[in-house]
Amino acid sequence: MLGRLTLEAFKHDWIEYLAGISMVLGGLFIVILITYLGRWKWLWKEWITSVDHKKIGIMYLIYSFLMLAKGLVDAAMMRAQQAVAVGESMGYLTSEHYQQIFTAHGVTMIFFVAMGVMFGLINLILPLQIGARDVAFPFLNNLSFWFFASGGMFVIVSLVIGVYSGAGWSGYTPLSGIKYNPGVGVDYWLWSIQISGVGTLLSGINFIVTILKMRCPGMTLMKMPIFVWATFVTMILVVFAFPILNAATAMLFTDRLFDTHIFTAEYGGNPMMYINLFWAWGHPEVYILILPAFGIFSEIVPVFSHKKLFGYTSMVWALVAIAFLSFIVWLHHFFTMGAGPNVNAFFGIMTMVIAVPTGVKIFNWIFTMFRGHLELKTPMYWFLGFIFLFTIGGLSGVLMSIPAADFQVHNSLFLIAHFHNVIIGGVVFGFFAGYTYWFPKFTGFKLNETLGKYAFWCWVIGFLLAFMPLYLLGFMGASRRLDHYDVAEWQPLFLVAGVGTLVILAGVGFQVLQVLVSIKQRKENRDTNGDPWNGRTLEWSTASPPPFYNFAFVPEVHERDAFWVMKHSKIKEKAIRKYEDIHMPKNTAMGFYIGFFSFLFGFGVIWAMYWLVALSFIAMIACVILHLYQKHPDYHVPADEVKMIERKQNP
Amino acid sequence: MKASPTTAHETYPDTHHDAYSKTIFGFWIYLMGDLIFFGALFATYTVLNESTFGGPTARELFNLPYTLIQSLVLLFASFMAGLGGTAAHRKEKGRTLLFFSSTFVLGSLFLGMEINEFARLIAAGNRWDQSAFLSSYFTVVATLGVHVIFGLLWVPILLIPVLLEKSLSHVSIRRLTCLKMFWQFVNIIWIFIFSLVYLLGVG
Repeated sequence: MLGRLTLEAFKHDWIEYLAGISMVLGGLFIVILITYLGRWKWLWKEWITSVDHKKIGIMYLIYSFLMLAKGLVDAAMMRAQQAVAVGESMGYLTSEHYQQIFTAHGVTMIFFVAMGVMFGLINLILPLQIGARDVAFPFLNNLSFWFFASGGMFVIVSLVIGVYSGAGWSGYTPLSGIKYNPGVGVDYWLWSIQISGVGTLLSGINFIVTILKMRCPGMTLMKMPIFVWATFVTMILVVFAFPILNAATAMLFTDRLFDTHIFTAEYGGNPMMYINLFWAWGHPEVYILILPAFGIFSEIVPVFSHKKLFGYTSMVWALVAIAFLSFIVWLHHFFTMGAGPNVNAFFGIMTMVIAVPTGVKIFNWIFTMFRGHLELKTPMYWFLGFIFLFTIGGLSGVLMSIPAADFQVHNSLFLIAHFHNVIIGGVVFGFFAGYTYWFPKFTGFKLNETLGKYAFWCWVIGFLLAFMPLYLLGFMGASRRLDHYDVAEWQPLFLVAGVGTLVILAGVGFQVLQVLVSIKQRKENRDTNGDPWNGRTLEWSTASPPPFYNFAFVPEVHERDAFWVMKHSKIKEKAIRKYEDIHMPKNTAMGFYIGFFSFLFGFGVIWAMYWLVALSFIAMIACVILHLYQKHPDYHVPADEVKMIERKQNP
Repeated sequence: MKASPTTAHETYPDTHHDAYSKTIFGFWIYLMGDLIFFGALFATYTVLNESTFGGPTARELFNLPYTLIQSLVLLFASFMAGLGGTAAHRKEKGRTLLFFSSTFVLGSLFLGMEINEFARLIAAGNRWDQSAFLSSYFTVVATLGVHVIFGLLWVPILLIPVLLEKSLSHVSIRRLTCLKMFWQFVNIIWIFIFSLVYLLGVG
């Protein structure tokens, strides 16, 4: 009945108990709070079942920030372990637990923080920027979110029931095969990325169609804001890359459950094939994360420089070039595989070439600032920090693109320092910039500037302290994923890295404080006209927060930076129009149900409860059929109601 | 060229009403993604098809005439889906039902033949756990089989509303068009399997 699930699964050491209990208590606290406030019905009707892209975006953001907290705790635990586990001392974590922590840290940060914040911001802003009332498939959007959410739940649930994978976030075979990892850990990892991967793929399809089919009149491709371009290119990468990940993990799954020998070391299987497939997804994935961040900076820099973006066309072509090149560099993740000098040279050169379009973008942003009227608000701080850190990180990447040099630092902490340098300095800073910049759009008030700047300085200084020592340690021969080392000379550098992590945590503390203080001071920082930064693109032309239909009148675009042109043109066409009925999709619970059953499905497979697998699979199919047979999936908002809402917002 | 507000408004209908073109386009993109999925499986098969681990090779296992008949059955199944899609667009209810039902029958026949082939291999001791070659062979072909199963399940789900409707609704036409595309996609994948796995394997 319960398959592999026995009481054993709940037995942990005391640190794991602490983590599990705090998760359970945190969950209970939220449940009690909602019950106390009597908000269950509201939560269900307004949020969980919502197909409104803005609400889905906010749910993505909240979910990802909670996961960020978890990922940071993982990071802090690793740093604490490495600060003490030298020589005689074995530290406070067992090897098995340490392995789970670094695996969970990677999975959480990549799949459930970076991807989540990315989809959150895209959901919130993209339809507004193209003057659309929603995405192409609103129900699918809701469903994507719930696939993503149920994927993340596997990481959380494994804290209490069973263990998580210890095979690293990339799950290299044959280590992740059934022979070396017979437990449930790898299965948890596998299903968390498999199910969230399906959600991501569906989102990718959704946004491609949205961008190509739902732009407002007059917005030709070359008049789209760069963030839309960045999203478009990113979503193409998603559709091309994620199926490879799903295929690779599906074959690993058949290896584990059905005894196939695709990636095993026996019966003629080829473990390197998995690693090839994983990075054929994994390298585009790097750009799936960074390109939206590039898009965000391309929106922020012109606004705060009071100039139009320098080199719009070259920005677009740089995005496209990066997207193309991102598919032909994957082998640089394992030059040491021994594919031979010619293959390594090809991938090395391609890796160097990819720095060229990236450099084009960096110079374009700098030229946009050149002779501009700079306004150093918090988003610009994040941008300047990004230019500084990302360039260092990018250059250390180019260094490793030389196969001979890469052999020296392969799988060392140098690599760890490199990719944190580009991911924190690039992706995370980009998302923080976007979050600060667009916060007033979806809440109606700005974030506190002073606390934002404190947070920024903590992040930059903390980052330098935490990761510069890792570059040095990498050169000194420290490999990644060590839970214990014997070289006493390394310890001071690990201690500095630990201090850096504390400084970053202080930065996060300031960010939490910033939200609380900003909510308290919301009256002073209120955004009354929907355009707090003197923006250039269409999202600023509607109220903050926007009405659920986004635009009472679908805007018309004649130039790039459409809203800027509207503000500065003499003709006011707004007042003459008559309000019309607006066609909107209805909320539906099916996305939540399907997501929920997909979780049970995965859980059933992990614990070998095949009755649960069958039941939840049938339930998913039934939900799809019910959704298909739904009679009236949409409704009309009468013109009078639109008029009333608009009057209220613009008295 | 600057369009005046009123004319532009007339030429651009409300973006929520062109559900047909959005869905068909979205479905195309899904199919492209699925193609990549199969691409990864094919790449793996190509790498592993020599890794027989001392067991039988493709040449010894596959029966080309049988597979050819199987291919023709699938070809006709997706041809029928194509005819059904056209009939749906012409709102010919009877023909739509007839053609898609024949897709169902032929698709089931194909699936039966595939299961039969698997049974033959397994009975001879050539299970998927015997070598990397057999593992990747079973993975590729069974993944196609899973697609066929979904394609089969989908037929009655869409045909029952058609049966109840007086004339085909826009929603039904849109969904049947997707179904038609799906069956043609399955057929294209099978052509790849037939060439890559069977023809190259035996030849």
